[in-house]
Amino acid sequence: MSQSPQATGTRAGGGIPPGLLLFGRGVLRVIPVIAITIFGLLLVTFVIGRFMPQDPVLAIVGDRATAEVYQRVYLELGLDQPIWTQFWIYAKKAMVGDFGISVLTTKPVIEDVGRYFPATLELATSGTFIGVLFGVPAGVLAAVYQGRWPDYVVRFVGLLGYSAPVFWLSLMGLLIFYANLGWVSGPGRLDVGYQDLVDEVTKVVIIDAIIAGEWEVAANAFSHLILPATVLGYYSMAYISRMTRSFMVEQLRSEYITTARVKGMSEAKVIWRHALGNIAVPLITVIALSYANLLEGSVLTETVFAWPGLGQYITSSLLNADMNAVLGGTLVVGVTFIVINIFCDILYRLVDPRAK
Amino acid sequence: MSTTASTGLKAWLLTSEPKSRGQARLGQTYRRWLSFRRNPLALLGLAIVVGLILVALFADAIAPASPIVQDLSHRLQAPGGQYLLGTDDLGRDILSRLIYGSRITLYIVGLVIIIVAPVGLAVGTISGYFGGWIDTVLMRITDIFMAFPRLILALAFVAALGPGLENAVVAIAITSWPPYARMARAETITLRNSDFIAAARLLGASRTRIILGHIVPLCMSSLIVRVTLDMAGIILTAAGLGFLGLGAQPPNPEWGAMIAGGRKFIIDQWWVAAMPGLAILTVSLGFNLLGDGLRDVLDPKQK
Repeated sequence: MSQSPQATGTRAGGGIPPGLLLFGRGVLRVIPVIAITIFGLLLVTFVIGRFMPQDPVLAIVGDRATAEVYQRVYLELGLDQPIWTQFWIYAKKAMVGDFGISVLTTKPVIEDVGRYFPATLELATSGTFIGVLFGVPAGVLAAVYQGRWPDYVVRFVGLLGYSAPVFWLSLMGLLIFYANLGWVSGPGRLDVGYQDLVDEVTKVVIIDAIIAGEWEVAANAFSHLILPATVLGYYSMAYISRMTRSFMVEQLRSEYITTARVKGMSEAKVIWRHALGNIAVPLITVIALSYANLLEGSVLTETVFAWPGLGQYITSSLLNADMNAVLGGTLVVGVTFIVINIFCDILYRLVDPRAK
Repeated sequence: MSTTASTGLKAWLLTSEPKSRGQARLGQTYRRWLSFRRNPLALLGLAIVVGLILVALFADAIAPASPIVQDLSHRLQAPGGQYLLGTDDLGRDILSRLIYGSRITLYIVGLVIIIVAPVGLAVGTISGYFGGWIDTVLMRITDIFMAFPRLILALAFVAALGPGLENAVVAIAITSWPPYARMARAETITLRNSDFIAAARLLGASRTRIILGHIVPLCMSSLIVRVTLDMAGIILTAAGLGFLGLGAQPPNPEWGAMIAGGRKFIIDQWWVAAMPGLAILTVSLGFNLLGDGLRDVLDPKQK
């Protein structure tokens, strides 16, 4: 942080706060890293696409196409070109969001992704919210009572989260809370009767319904969301509470905590203001990482809850050998994952100079 | 007599002046076991894992029925009586299927580890020991694979390779090696400049010899901890692929696929899906508990 700002350039006027400037420089430094990683991502998906068992031309023209049609599409796809040229064509198209046409929906993959992604984001965001709401206090509690029963309870509940298959937990949740107790609604995002009642603004049903003032629709959407979000939130909680605990244990051993106590500060203030305040940055990193992981965890959860998100899109395309859709969806999730990871990395280095 | 013999053995193991390398090594293992034994949860984990291995070994003797043969007159029987955990929609005893399924689970984790551990060790130690551009290239590749969400990458690979148990193993292996490489690299870098490595180099030991003979053995304890903790993740990923119909194919009693099979009957015949899930939960919990316990014993700095 104490480095002299020698290379800040001419446009960096005095109005920009130094933190933002450092953040900007961090972003500049990671651009090559992002570029290489995305190149790798493209290469891997390209190789996977080459490996696929079925003929890409037949997937488009169908079995009954004439030889001329077949030949034309073959040339259009550039399959007569050398492999590196093919990769170059693929990469150029992918960079502008052209992942080809989905065989299943007969629409461009990027359009499908745009339609399905908001549902996944809605689920992952709600899950992370639940995970933070319970995970952070649980982790703090475990650290404060280290080695006593609250610690063991939190750790064991977390370990169960690390060990249970997410699709099984989803099924059991449906069985208990939907079928037996009737507390929540079943699979899907809305009851059939409520569908298409509100205009799509944000594509997040609850928010759209609130904007339209349709409280009944919003309540129905909430009763559909709460169970899958809780299942995902449990996994997020397991990870967040574990990390919070280990950060807090380290802080509570520090000398400044002893000093604060000696000065007569209340225990609540020591724990929640001093110790928790000091782990805020690593904790935000952990929360962002768990958010990225939920994007992945949602693949199986969405399948069980018939949630029309990207995970379900990828798996149903997969089962129908719709390769463009699989690779396009994989790329989008991969890029999101990379961006979140790198953002965490910058944030962490920015606030903690030791991490350099 | 036997008590004196055992105290003699204990003294021999715990002596502070071992007479041979073997004695020192056995003594260290025994000390670790003593501290491991104090952790009841780790012992529970060990018991679960040993139980899984025994069940898989003696499946033919334990299983009350065949895991494959159908009996449609006894389909969807509730747990209890003749069928301890009930039967599925084809009248097969769920308990027997779970018992035989343990073989598939062990097969998957075993195969993944056999592929992943050497690859990760090789990439990590070479990267860490040589440094320079080799390190940069290898770590970039590792980062690319780390950047992908594991399950989604595995899904894409299975899509390309086609569904099946072996392909699922390959897909999981491709997505699991990077953390091992990272770990081995970090260990190697801390060891690379130590005096005993310099001494070995001065004696004329080749790079291969230094890596295989001096660095790899010192990476082993972290590797064992990592492998054990990873087992649960591998089991869950494999079960997820099985659940989606991309792993072991029917009629194989793979636990994830069994849950998928029970999905249709979840409301009225809950046990068909619930029992395999409990099996997966128990086994991954076992590996997690064992891994945590081993970490405390083998790798105290991470505690």
